[in-house]
Amino acid sequence: MNQTILPKIPLGHWADLFVQFITDHFGMFFGSLANGIEAFVGGLVTFFNIITPIPFILVFVFIAYWRRGWTIALFTLLGLGLIYDLGYWQHTMQTFALVVTSVLLSIIIGLPLGILAGVNNPFRKFITPLLDLMQTMPSFVYLIPAIFLFGTGMPPGVVATIIFAMPPTIRMTSLGIRQVPEDLIEASDAFGSTPWQKLIKVQLPISMPTIMAGVNQSIMLALSMVVVASLVGAPGLGADVYLAVTSLRTDIGFEAGLAIVIIAIMLDRLSQNTRRHK
Amino acid sequence: MSKIEVKQATKVFGKNPKLGLSYLKKGLTKSEIKKKTGMNVGVSNASFQVEEGEIFVIMGLSGSGKSTLVRLLNRLIEPTSGTIAIDGQDITLMNKKELRDTRRRGISMVFQRFALFPHRSILENVAYGLEIQQVDKKERLEKAAKALEIVGLKGYEESMPDQLSGGMQQRVGLARALASDTDILLMDEAFSALDPLIRKDMQDELLDLQSEMHKTIVFITHDLDEALRIGDRIALMKDGRIVQIGSAEDILMNPANEYVENFVEDVDMSKIITAGRIMSRAEAIQVDRGPRVALKIMSDDGISSIFAVDKTKKFIGVIHAEDAANAAKEEQSSRSIVKKVEPVTMDTRLTDLFELISKSTLPLPVIDDMGRLRGLIRRPAVIQALAGNLPSQRSEVK
Repeated sequence: MNQTILPKIPLGHWADLFVQFITDHFGMFFGSLANGIEAFVGGLVTFFNIITPIPFILVFVFIAYWRRGWTIALFTLLGLGLIYDLGYWQHTMQTFALVVTSVLLSIIIGLPLGILAGVNNPFRKFITPLLDLMQTMPSFVYLIPAIFLFGTGMPPGVVATIIFAMPPTIRMTSLGIRQVPEDLIEASDAFGSTPWQKLIKVQLPISMPTIMAGVNQSIMLALSMVVVASLVGAPGLGADVYLAVTSLRTDIGFEAGLAIVIIAIMLDRLSQNTRRHK
Repeated sequence: MSKIEVKQATKVFGKNPKLGLSYLKKGLTKSEIKKKTGMNVGVSNASFQVEEGEIFVIMGLSGSGKSTLVRLLNRLIEPTSGTIAIDGQDITLMNKKELRDTRRRGISMVFQRFALFPHRSILENVAYGLEIQQVDKKERLEKAAKALEIVGLKGYEESMPDQLSGGMQQRVGLARALASDTDILLMDEAFSALDPLIRKDMQDELLDLQSEMHKTIVFITHDLDEALRIGDRIALMKDGRIVQIGSAEDILMNPANEYVENFVEDVDMSKIITAGRIMSRAEAIQVDRGPRVALKIMSDDGISSIFAVDKTKKFIGVIHAEDAANAAKEEQSSRSIVKKVEPVTMDTRLTDLFELISKSTLPLPVIDDMGRLRGLIRRPAVIQALAGNLPSQRSEVK
């Protein structure tokens, strides 16, 4: 690195100290958080395994038919069938559990933050640059503190995925809330709604399509993180791809990559908010 | 006690409303304050009262502050200064809960762009006010269905707002406001987004509803015709100030200043002027008196027919000179020769009079609410009034 006339600001050192400080003082907390995440994802994987592949596929085919019609249902049937046939079922379920957990937590954390940003301008101004940072910082960087705080395996993968995948949910929720027409807010106020009633009965339902677009993006971003998450030992399809890259196995790389694509398309279509007209 | 009493209400929009207020007190105008501080004076020192059961119209062009003023009445916009009393309670002093209660049970509102909730069915829209008051589901849906019936939308309960035409949507807006059964109804340009024919229908319907419900209605409009049609009293606004308050006739006949005068000069007088305003004294005979008396009066006045009334001055009909002469010969009573004729009421509009008088050879008798003869209208009076020549004020009979 070039040495300039000015002394280098020890920004990296500070980041290091900060993570060190957190590890020293809140290690217990993050440790139990990691255990919680581990248990939840593990539980999901076990649950998927109990269901066994065939009923699992049928349930998703049914959901696809109900939400989007028979073309997507057919795609789901063939796609999941192919994954099963290729022998990636177990890893796909692990990836699926990782994505579901990350997205659920993204929504649980992101929705309230998004609502707050939607109704409170100072908070929105505060959180916007943070969201920019979260989305543009190379996702690998999250992995380093995540390892310190959460160890290796599924939990740091989930946490890095949440950080990367959550911003669209927050942004779109905030946008949706702010896009509710002013006269509907006035109508709600004029009839004497409490802020909570206004939120539940007017703002959230009306901004739901926008919020769902955000959740859909979060799901896509979560899927794009599975390979990165495998770097810290998160099991699943990402690990297969990682293995394929490091051992130059085209076959595994193609099959596992295709499985990720199938899951991505399926989840994208199922989470898109288009009402099916009868 | 007036239902609504507004005293010196002022709203300044901007960073430092108190500063704007002090400039206003020094007598600066809205545009001077805008230039000096960049702040916008929405409403400046507005004072008025609305009585129970009255339709009070606030009228002005866009930017005159009328929409701001109506929002001060339920504090959708916080006033910068002044007091606003509803049933004697100053709402500017209320805390959030008291204000919510007033909005729930005291004042409801109808909006220009309908403001229906797009994700709720028509019935659920109408029930909204009751829902947030936590009225139980069965009861609130019943009340909502009733309100829908009142506005003539029975059968549309399960439709969604976007399936209805503009006129129907605004009926839903009205039903939603009626469902809460509040005494006060604020209507912010409620009919302005509708096309003219439907607007007329809605105005008529509002008047019909009002004659049954006796709400206190504050109606905002930029349309003078609308204001004159439905307003018991009208407040004219300009640049955030109330320029004049009065009945339709007050404003038309005695404009407070040049602004009002310019405003009202294009008004179609035929819709404003009533029979009571242009009628002249009617000669009448008490029907129990004989036909000879009738003949005598007619020949004295040089007329060929005369109106007949009973002892209480109630209008009965008309007696023609020929019939009276025959009756006098044959010794009949006056009552037997009275011919029926349709009278008009004092508040019949000039437009309607014109049509009636063009069909009739006789002058039109004018009666009051009790059915008593108050005057008559001859054809020249109608034509003169249409031409803008009104008889001097208070030429009313007795």
